[in-house]
Amino acid sequence: MDLFEYQGKQFFASFGIPVSAGDAVTTVDDAVAVADRIGYPVVVKAQVQVGGRGKAGGIKLADDADEVRTHAGNILGMDIKGHTVEILWIETASDIAEEYYASFTLDRSAKKHLGMLSAEGGVEIEAVAESNPDAIAKIWVDPVDGLTEAQALEWVAAAKLNPEATEGAVDILQKLYTAYVDGDADLVEINPLIFTPDGRVHALDAKVTLDANSVFRHPDYEQYEATQVRDERETEAFEKGLQYVGLEGSVGVIANGAGLAMSTVDIVNQVGGKPANFLDIGGGANADVMAGALEVITNDPNVRSIFINIFGGITKGEEVANGIVTAMGRVQIDVPIVVRLDGTNAEQGREILEPHLSDKLLMEPTMVAAAERVVALAKN
Amino acid sequence: MSIFVDENTKVVYQGLTGSQGRFYGLLNREYGTQVVAGTNPKKAGTDVEGIPVYATVADAVEATGATASCIFIPAPGVKDAVIEAAEGGVKFIVAITEGVPAQDEAWFFNKLQRDFPDVQLLGPNCPGIISPGKCNIGITAGHIAKPPVEGEPSVGIVSRSGTLTYQALYELKLNDIAVSTCVGIGGDPVPGTSFIDCLKAFEADDQTDAVMMFGEIGGSAEEEAAEFISNEMSKPVVSYIAGVTAPAGKKMGHAGAIVSGGKGTAAAKMDALRAAGVHVGNNPTEASQLMVEVVNGLKK
Repeated sequence: MDLFEYQGKQFFASFGIPVSAGDAVTTVDDAVAVADRIGYPVVVKAQVQVGGRGKAGGIKLADDADEVRTHAGNILGMDIKGHTVEILWIETASDIAEEYYASFTLDRSAKKHLGMLSAEGGVEIEAVAESNPDAIAKIWVDPVDGLTEAQALEWVAAAKLNPEATEGAVDILQKLYTAYVDGDADLVEINPLIFTPDGRVHALDAKVTLDANSVFRHPDYEQYEATQVRDERETEAFEKGLQYVGLEGSVGVIANGAGLAMSTVDIVNQVGGKPANFLDIGGGANADVMAGALEVITNDPNVRSIFINIFGGITKGEEVANGIVTAMGRVQIDVPIVVRLDGTNAEQGREILEPHLSDKLLMEPTMVAAAERVVALAKN
Repeated sequence: MSIFVDENTKVVYQGLTGSQGRFYGLLNREYGTQVVAGTNPKKAGTDVEGIPVYATVADAVEATGATASCIFIPAPGVKDAVIEAAEGGVKFIVAITEGVPAQDEAWFFNKLQRDFPDVQLLGPNCPGIISPGKCNIGITAGHIAKPPVEGEPSVGIVSRSGTLTYQALYELKLNDIAVSTCVGIGGDPVPGTSFIDCLKAFEADDQTDAVMMFGEIGGSAEEEAAEFISNEMSKPVVSYIAGVTAPAGKKMGHAGAIVSGGKGTAAAKMDALRAAGVHVGNNPTEASQLMVEVVNGLKK
């Protein structure tokens, strides 16, 4: 789950990481009210889950209420790389002496937590990594041991931060690690992490991705699900509990299991088609699940044909077939469906589908044959 | 032979009394797996269709000589269940449960490496392991795999995806190719058993003549496997990488299956594998056909 900056800052603050005073608002009047309360100058920041906000004009300094009004009015509704700004974060402006970068994520190869710290912050870290990789000090933290103060000290020294920032940086890095682990994050990133002229170290931005699997430990994380950025089809599928990714093409894809779904997308592309989506119905391919999946897909006007690709492992072929038949009776479907059914009890499943076959419901024996058929139908 | 498990493997099912654990535990027993025990601290002393239930893995090991465990515990309890199994004395742990937090996975992976170096974990979020004709631990339907036949080549399978694992087993069976062991390592960020662990074991296994490896986009596990194959493997390897045409930045089902910043693309993985001498198919069917050719070559 990706958090907006304002959510990330609230998350950081709950672990004691210093952030600027501020609040999230959705109207110009509220923006002014917050600015009046926290004191001028303030920064008006667009809340979108995409980088490059500053360059796009989504971050502005305001010295008084009139400027807040102007900037907030301009930024609300602004389009930044396809994301419409609906929320603003208003915070007190900070004096900046130096800008750093700090983050923790999981290094899957090392199977340890990877911390990255750089004295060159405030810019895209990927660019720093390419132009000057030595400017990023890396540390691998064993999840069992955690990050010790001694390690953090050594790490800060290696990153060559201003020595006066050492104490504040070590404190923030240890809290950031705690937030990352105890908060069940996949990524925590502060860019820029600032050093102020009066000697404080402070998180000026917050990028946080939380692990959706950890909600059982953090019931309050459910609030973040509501603010995830999804397109209409993805929202509908999410509400039905389906794994769905919207794509740009004309062939609807339903498969059981993420790997098979990905494979189905591959094969459709390889035989000259374009998938409209990636839809994984998971293990239980019963009538309800199948009907839900078909509903989501047929609501997409770009879909010209549908590929149902099922490999029964424990999921049984006759259940899948009954699911398809029932779903077709329940959902109005105007485009042809091609089914490929293999695995456990596939023969019984095919027998069930047999009497229902028509120019709207077709069956093919293999993935490749089914892909070719469904792509040809999408082109008609 | 086979890798990690065989006909002598005795399995304790953690969560045998739950609906999933009971269903698959009994199915695995029906296949021929030695399902010797279950655990549930509240139901110790009872049984599930003749399979005795103990309070802990340690109790089950003491009473039955169990050598492996299979975890069907809901995600919040998996962290404790893995450590209980290791402390209880089993040497091979299969964790089927999906939805385990990545922080837990990273923690117990490192904890096992340090404190229980002789214990191997498979999963979590994996379909399990099957050595056809000998032992099936997990949720794979046993009948879609052909057991090894004396004098005929056998193939080892390792895969990050569940359904693609079944697809691979099934296509090989349709082509009358036997399987020595099929390992579903799962698509999570920190799998307990890696491609390399399996490749190493298959290379050493005298019953495995060739290896089928199904990977997917995201991470660099396939690139690392390619390096291992290039340096250490004498047996032929056939591969397919799912997500060849996945768009960048989209999470494709598995937590691990995401192409980010141009890293982890299928193309890069396929290139690395080809450079290591691996036969790479563009889809599961093509990969299976390549394996048919490889096996036919071995027969001559």
